[in-house]
Amino acid sequence: MTAAENHIEVRDLRLSYGLKEVIHGISFGIRRHEILGVIGPAQSGKTSLLRCINRTIDFTPDTHVSGTIEVDGEDVRKVRSVYALRRKIGMVAPLPVGLPLSIYDNVAFAPRSAGLHRRADLDAIVEQCLRQAALWDEVKDRLESLGTKLSGGQQQRLTIARALSHQPEILCLDEFSIAIDPVTTMRIEDVLKELRKHMTIILVTNLTQQARRLADRTMFMWKGEIVELDTTEVIFGENPKDQRTRDYVEGIFG
Amino acid sequence: MSPATAQSRFAETPAVRRKLRQEAIAKWIFCGMAAAMVVPLVLIVGYLVVRAAPSLNLEFLLEVPKRGMTEGGIWPAFVGTLYLVFLSLAVSAPIGILAAVYLNEYAGDNWFNRVINLAVINLAGVPSIVHALFGLGAFVYAARFGYSIISASLTLAIMTLPVIIASTRESLASVPRTFREACWNVGATRWQTIRSVVLPNSISGILTGVILQVSRAAGETAPVMFTGVVFFKAVERGDLFPYYLDEQCMALSMHLYTISTQVPGVKESIPFATAVVLLGLVVIVNATAISLRVYLRSRKKW
Repeated sequence: MTAAENHIEVRDLRLSYGLKEVIHGISFGIRRHEILGVIGPAQSGKTSLLRCINRTIDFTPDTHVSGTIEVDGEDVRKVRSVYALRRKIGMVAPLPVGLPLSIYDNVAFAPRSAGLHRRADLDAIVEQCLRQAALWDEVKDRLESLGTKLSGGQQQRLTIARALSHQPEILCLDEFSIAIDPVTTMRIEDVLKELRKHMTIILVTNLTQQARRLADRTMFMWKGEIVELDTTEVIFGENPKDQRTRDYVEGIFG
Repeated sequence: MSPATAQSRFAETPAVRRKLRQEAIAKWIFCGMAAAMVVPLVLIVGYLVVRAAPSLNLEFLLEVPKRGMTEGGIWPAFVGTLYLVFLSLAVSAPIGILAAVYLNEYAGDNWFNRVINLAVINLAGVPSIVHALFGLGAFVYAARFGYSIISASLTLAIMTLPVIIASTRESLASVPRTFREACWNVGATRWQTIRSVVLPNSISGILTGVILQVSRAAGETAPVMFTGVVFFKAVERGDLFPYYLDEQCMALSMHLYTISTQVPGVKESIPFATAVVLLGLVVIVNATAISLRVYLRSRKKW
């Protein structure tokens, strides 16, 4: 596969908040329909990287981005509609966010803001996404109750359903499991294994074992730079190239 | 374990006793200060009501002033105040709320928005007498509205605007940022986000802030005295629409001032009854605001 066929291509990305540079010129590619695990300690630029990809970084004042991020060969900073770009990318935040709307409206929010209003279409999308997020059976009888009243694990699956509702081609998960229990985590991981058949997944995680279980390739970021990016077998195997990678995944970092 | 050691393990040490004593003192001081608030309120209301008692009846509210304002009721002033309050809020509430939405949701940190912020803050600190002079110059003379209900209402609107902006911004800011980010992440515009998530969840606070400005607008004397309120205006008893908007009117605050200080021989209970009506109006409005807030809060969704 050549670089041009990568789903997402990042070249020399730099990001600063004010005068403080947090990503120091990183370049890498993400292949179509792979799960890329991103591991690394806090403050290493993982979340900022995701926010650059879907350009929600624009909402933070006083940021400066240089370098390019191409999705399907198109520079995200030059796309004609940033809203269309964001609809291509599903984003799941660390803490579950049930919008203060009904469960149905939570999932129907994105299609509606994209201009879809036919009830039958919306019904179909809502059911499909809730099924994909392994939440349908628990909520199908109370779609009109409030999304914020669900339990934490259910809300996180609702968040995932919402991220899928605009039929993205890329799904970014930012430490999705820090607020939910291990059993729910395993259920969502099964969901992800299913989803990778149709989409590219970026999995930012603090649980190195989660990357090991799911990711095709794993990227280790530290202080705004890529220490190592290789297949998960190599990163978690006997001989990662960088000593820091081995220390980190073995838990003896620092 | 023997009873002796059990007791010594849980016995109060001198340090703990001192801590508890300080705790008790602190609690009583705070409680006393809070209770002290009630005393002036009860005294004011009680004194007013007792002195006003001979005049307090529906007739007083509906009747017009008689015999050079020394007898009769307060209907023209009461209706005038309603006119001024509703007109001024009809102007300041939409402008204030929309401006606050811009400042809180759209405005970035640049010189233009800093100037707006500075203007809002400073406008809030301007004394009402200065607003009165401004209204006189701007609306009565420059805009040629003359001494009229319009001029007075606009002056009150300018006066209440910064406070409405501040209270609206506060309620908008109380909606968690994560809600907005979740909407942006799925490709919603700022306006879609504001309409479907931010406003429905801040509307109770916004409305409360607006309604509380009613009491300010109703109570101010100087701004309306300079721009459109007169000593006396002859109207029909109980007439709901006695004024045209380009006319001058009477108002409760101004009427209270007049009959208390300018008119000799006013029946003793009338000024007090006027004050009770003014106070009652404010209390009713505030009670409405509170019950509205309770109702909307009960529907709050997180």
